[in-house]
Amino acid sequence: MNQAADGEIVHFDNVGLRYGTDREVLSDVSFTLYPGSFYFLTGASGAGKTSLLKLLYLAQRPSRGMIRMFGADAITLPRDRLPALRRRLGVVFQDFRLVPHLSAVDNVSLPLRVAGIPERDIAKPVADMLEWVGLGDRMQARPATLSGGEQQRVAIARAVIGRPDLLVADEPTGNVDPDMAIKLLRLFEALNRLGTTVVVATHDVHLLKKVPDSLIMRLDKGRLSDPTGALRYPPKRATGAGGEDEA
Amino acid sequence: MNESGGGARALAWRRLSGVGEHELVPQARLSGPMPWVIAIMVALTVIAAAAGLALRNAASATTAELRGGVTVQIVEASPEKRTKQAQAVVRRLGRMPEVESVRLVPQDELDGLIEPWLGGKAGHDDDDYESADEAAIPVPALIDARITGEVTDARLAAIQAALRGEAPAARVDAQSRWLKPVLDAIESLQWLAIALVALLALALAAAVLLAVRSALGANRDTIEIVHLLGATDRQVARVFQRTTGIDAAGGGLLGMVLALVVLLFLARRFASLGAGMVDYGALDWLDWITLGFVPLVAIMLAMLTARLTVLRTLRKML
Repeated sequence: MNQAADGEIVHFDNVGLRYGTDREVLSDVSFTLYPGSFYFLTGASGAGKTSLLKLLYLAQRPSRGMIRMFGADAITLPRDRLPALRRRLGVVFQDFRLVPHLSAVDNVSLPLRVAGIPERDIAKPVADMLEWVGLGDRMQARPATLSGGEQQRVAIARAVIGRPDLLVADEPTGNVDPDMAIKLLRLFEALNRLGTTVVVATHDVHLLKKVPDSLIMRLDKGRLSDPTGALRYPPKRATGAGGEDEA
Repeated sequence: MNESGGGARALAWRRLSGVGEHELVPQARLSGPMPWVIAIMVALTVIAAAAGLALRNAASATTAELRGGVTVQIVEASPEKRTKQAQAVVRRLGRMPEVESVRLVPQDELDGLIEPWLGGKAGHDDDDYESADEAAIPVPALIDARITGEVTDARLAAIQAALRGEAPAARVDAQSRWLKPVLDAIESLQWLAIALVALLALALAAAVLLAVRSALGANRDTIEIVHLLGATDRQVARVFQRTTGIDAAGGGLLGMVLALVVLLFLARRFASLGAGMVDYGALDWLDWITLGFVPLVAIMLAMLTARLTVLRTLRKML
């Protein structure tokens, strides 16, 4: 399930993105994500991290270039085939984007319900997940009654509940205390060990050191560089992947 | 922990009711104006359809009764001659092969026909009546005959020619000719009823379209989130379709009850008129079944409109 047909999860080739007629917020971005790898995406505010993640979780189409995801051309893919790709993704949005009228438990259940998982197979894993992120006693709480940190944990639980092939997290530890941040990072690592490719956007340099095997992609004014060679050399845990061209 | 137990119970209830599956986007069932709008539309549609069906029944029953009907008037001032001529005409018509039945309209019936306009004594110009001054109006004798097939001008002329020997001043008319303007007017009203039903269906679809568009706009963020989580357009459309269906079912039922109350009230009012053509307009069981389908069709139309509106709108989103 986690293996793309040609050994790559995502491939960006010369991708550019502009909103309207403004200047490009992403320029000539090229990289490949391999199955089972852990990537940090860093860069200053306004560098284009969120825009790049939007392209990754298929909320945006690029202005130019080519994007392949799970072996499919994500740009020319018909709309009715996008949901199947999106179900292979787990996304932690920077602003959490919890559904306001649903309780914590229903928010976390949402990806499973959308995927058509029977209700009898949803309750326990969702309850366990909420328990694990420390929200066992807040299951029926609506987002408006949760603190920022609690909302973030619900958003993370929702992103990982379906064991996605690719987890994309935009500043996932920005609103939680350091202990919880470490705990959540361990969750991402655990998922990563199970085969999920993880991309975490952050500007917290301390976080980068917490995952020793991680690879770093850096965005600077919409252009990508890779200080750890993540884009130039095959990642350590990549299976059957060859080298890729750099950004 | 207690809240966890409550959460498990709530989850169990959701699994039983299936509510959770349909809460991808929030919907305020039966609290918005939609059920009431649908109720009014359905009530008006049922009333318009019932009127159309009643008019159709009245027209077809009247047409059937008048088909082949011929009226012979014996216009003769002298009561004796008039009676003799009428009896001779009845005998002559009875011998004609195309005549199925013939009947001399009794004097009492004639009195009843003219009484509302001329009073109870107007038709009594015969000798046994007490005052000649009060019996000054000679009322023609009427013969009601029924012939096989359609009554055409040629057949009327042939009958008139055949009766010339018995009653030179006899006037032969097709009964259907008298009511033709009325039947034409009824047909127009039937078309009006059909047009009303069509317009009400259109208005219902438009109301649902606007309501669904408004709901889509209000829930745009939520729809975007569930889209990003992998929901298909059809899954989102099903939520709106189901909610609209529930609203339409409630509204349809209410509208049907409202229409039935109005129809029963009108039926009692018209029944008290005791007029022949109005009686013909009564609805039969098949008509009631047809009217029973109106709310069902309204529900299906509302659901279909909701589905198409959602699918069309979502097509513009990524």
